[in-house]
Amino acid sequence: MSEFAVSMEHIYKTFPGVKALDDVQLHVRPGEVMALLGENGAGKSTLVKILSGVYTRDSGDMEILGKKIEGDLNTREAQDLGVAIIHQELNMCKDLSVTDNIFLAREITHKGRLDRESMDRLALEQLAKLGITDMDPHQLVGSLSVGRQQMVEIAKALLVNARILIMDEPSSSLSDVEITEMFRVVKELRKQGVAIIYISHRLEELHHIVDRVTIMRDGHYITEGDFQDFTMEEIIRNMVGHEIKEKYPRDPAQRGDLILEVKNLKAGRQVRDVSFQAYAGEVLGFAGLVGAGRTETMRAIFGADPLDSGEIILADQTVEIKSPQDAISKHLVLVPEDRKRDGLCTKLSIRENIALPNLDQLLEMLGKVSRPKEKALVDKSKQGLSIRMSSADSAAASLSGGNQQKVVVAKWLARNSKVIIFDEPTRGIDVAAKVEIYQLINQLKHQGVAVIIVSSELPEVMGISDRILVMCNGRITAELDPEETTEEEIMTYATKFGLND
Amino acid sequence: MENNSKNKNFFAKPGVASVITAYVGVVILMIIFGLINPNFFKWSSLTTLMRSVVPFLLVGIGQAYVCITGNIDLSIGSVVGMSAMISATLMTKGVYPFIAAITAMIASLVVGVVNGILVGKFKLPPFIATLGTMTIARGVAQWVNGNYNTDNIGSEGPAQAFKNLFYYGKFLGIYTVVWIALLVWFVFFYILTYTRSGRHIYAVGSNVDAARLSGVDVFKTISKVYLVSAFCSGLTGLITMAQSGMGDMSAGMSYEMYAVAAAVIGGISTLGGSGLLPGVIAGASVWAILQSGLTFAGVPVALRNIIIGIIVVACVLFDVLRRSSSKVKKMS
Repeated sequence: MSEFAVSMEHIYKTFPGVKALDDVQLHVRPGEVMALLGENGAGKSTLVKILSGVYTRDSGDMEILGKKIEGDLNTREAQDLGVAIIHQELNMCKDLSVTDNIFLAREITHKGRLDRESMDRLALEQLAKLGITDMDPHQLVGSLSVGRQQMVEIAKALLVNARILIMDEPSSSLSDVEITEMFRVVKELRKQGVAIIYISHRLEELHHIVDRVTIMRDGHYITEGDFQDFTMEEIIRNMVGHEIKEKYPRDPAQRGDLILEVKNLKAGRQVRDVSFQAYAGEVLGFAGLVGAGRTETMRAIFGADPLDSGEIILADQTVEIKSPQDAISKHLVLVPEDRKRDGLCTKLSIRENIALPNLDQLLEMLGKVSRPKEKALVDKSKQGLSIRMSSADSAAASLSGGNQQKVVVAKWLARNSKVIIFDEPTRGIDVAAKVEIYQLINQLKHQGVAVIIVSSELPEVMGISDRILVMCNGRITAELDPEETTEEEIMTYATKFGLND
Repeated sequence: MENNSKNKNFFAKPGVASVITAYVGVVILMIIFGLINPNFFKWSSLTTLMRSVVPFLLVGIGQAYVCITGNIDLSIGSVVGMSAMISATLMTKGVYPFIAAITAMIASLVVGVVNGILVGKFKLPPFIATLGTMTIARGVAQWVNGNYNTDNIGSEGPAQAFKNLFYYGKFLGIYTVVWIALLVWFVFFYILTYTRSGRHIYAVGSNVDAARLSGVDVFKTISKVYLVSAFCSGLTGLITMAQSGMGDMSAGMSYEMYAVAAAVIGGISTLGGSGLLPGVIAGASVWAILQSGLTFAGVPVALRNIIIGIIVVACVLFDVLRRSSSKVKKMS
């Protein structure tokens, strides 16, 4: 019997085209809070998903509470062993009550009838263990604050006697008061001997609760140790590492006229006050952490989400953009972040996908979409981006991730766009495909397009951009020169919570 | 070699396999019923059979359009009845048949507009929205002639011309109504297959978010498909009215379901994004052949319904299984 509640060693995991985990290790003792740190895409989520049985590892040793795991582990088995995960997006049935949620799929029955009294009583007991005594078990979960919903989810996890609790970005949508309460609960659980794996981007909050840290980068294990032995600078340096900048060929071009100006944009909870300018022949990079409001800012500018207030000035004219059609007709286009959800019609062919936003340019007599023109368009983008496909008529779903991404990008190149926004253009694709997309971005810049790129990969945003804006918590916290700044500096601004609040 | 890969592409195209399967089904059914009853292949039986396909084909086209966007139209049958009742009531009141038919068509299109607004603009679940308009349209059908079926529209010049055009007359040895249906089919086939609007319809059904971010006007697209469905239903109403020569308040009852069946048997996915209009001709034919073939063979009505129901469910099941198996293949 080892001293560890969780012991993972030499874990490997490969997804098609991506090595997600490469010889990673993680050790957590009972009654300790282990922070799992790393940039977006470092492999933290993949690792905890293996621990909770969502993914299966390719190889590696795993021990949970002294029990050696042979072969694959599924989610049910992981739960039975005492592993529980609290997701960033809570998994709750909002129309059911607190008790119903805590006992979901574990209902207590008496002669075939639900034993509501016992369940209410036990639910209150579970909540009391977390130090929560003022919650009505009959209240609908949807009517609770996000922080309270999280407490219900933790109570639900404890009901199955969770000994290992994984918390994935638990503080990202909580208010300060709620975060304080959450910390109190975490400390309470630690006292009860629960092993807690805590994933967070908010480095400044770690000192409140964290005992030890494990740092990952690019699917590799970097280091681990007692939290107090690290300085914040060391942690950040270990997280970002030192990439070679030459991978990202920035190609200086003459900065042209001011094309897009955004003033005091506010949209929903995620975009609080954003102002910036974008120039022709310039790549403007948006750095920041997931949830900083970058994607939401871009969607609001593109008309995909409604904006609450603010001004968008395109080529010296204030414009009103109410829908993506408006934006496209004003030569402003967005290559969206999530290609499966927003970028591709996977049931349609590659040809039809590329043609979709450009049909107005492909019409001939009787409103017919001209096949020759369509074919010419597809051929052109196929060459420009070297999309590898068996046939332009095969379904977009049949392509690999990198090639799907190229199709999404190709959709927007046929138009004479003045502003092109790329939201995470290289997520989940291989290096060769990335380089092609970088070259394309440089090419567009030389053609006088104002390119905006949102990226969570710091080396990428530093390598390709001519100017970097850092966002945090719905606001721009810094404007930096990529030649002079460092990844550490960007991370400092990207985690500058509470600066403006 | 070139030819070969072209052929492969043709079969790889989503939906083509389903269409071919549907036509194979038509041929098999024809052979079975031909063996049971040799009169089945007489020219007069065949022309009648073709005519009996028409209502299923028209409503099937409408439902296919709606299904490809991932929605459904339950108001089809009621619009058929409403169109029949409005046109018949006006004709018995002495309105010129042409004007009466146009009025019925306009009323039908109004239902389509309402469906489009409810589903496309206010994002109501299509099942509920069109359930509502289904009830309303049936109510209008009952109300226009004071809750009575109409009298016979008679056989004077214009009225008979109407009946001939929409049911009894022939042109080049085939009923005119078959020619009308083929023309309608061709126009909608052209729109769906070759035009920008058609492409938008597939895109909305495949991934509505991606379509919107690509600049597709989703509201306009959904409105168009409900208009097409209402147009086809209205036309079918005129045909059923011409057949019976009077307005029947219950005309078109359950036609929305026949429409789903014709579309689904023809390889249109109710999940949206795929399906080809040539399949609907086969789907409607399967339906009509089963109806008349089983009658020919002397199968009682109750058993007929059971057989037809099983075939429809089997078709959808087949479609779902085929999809999930292709998904599994991609994963591995």
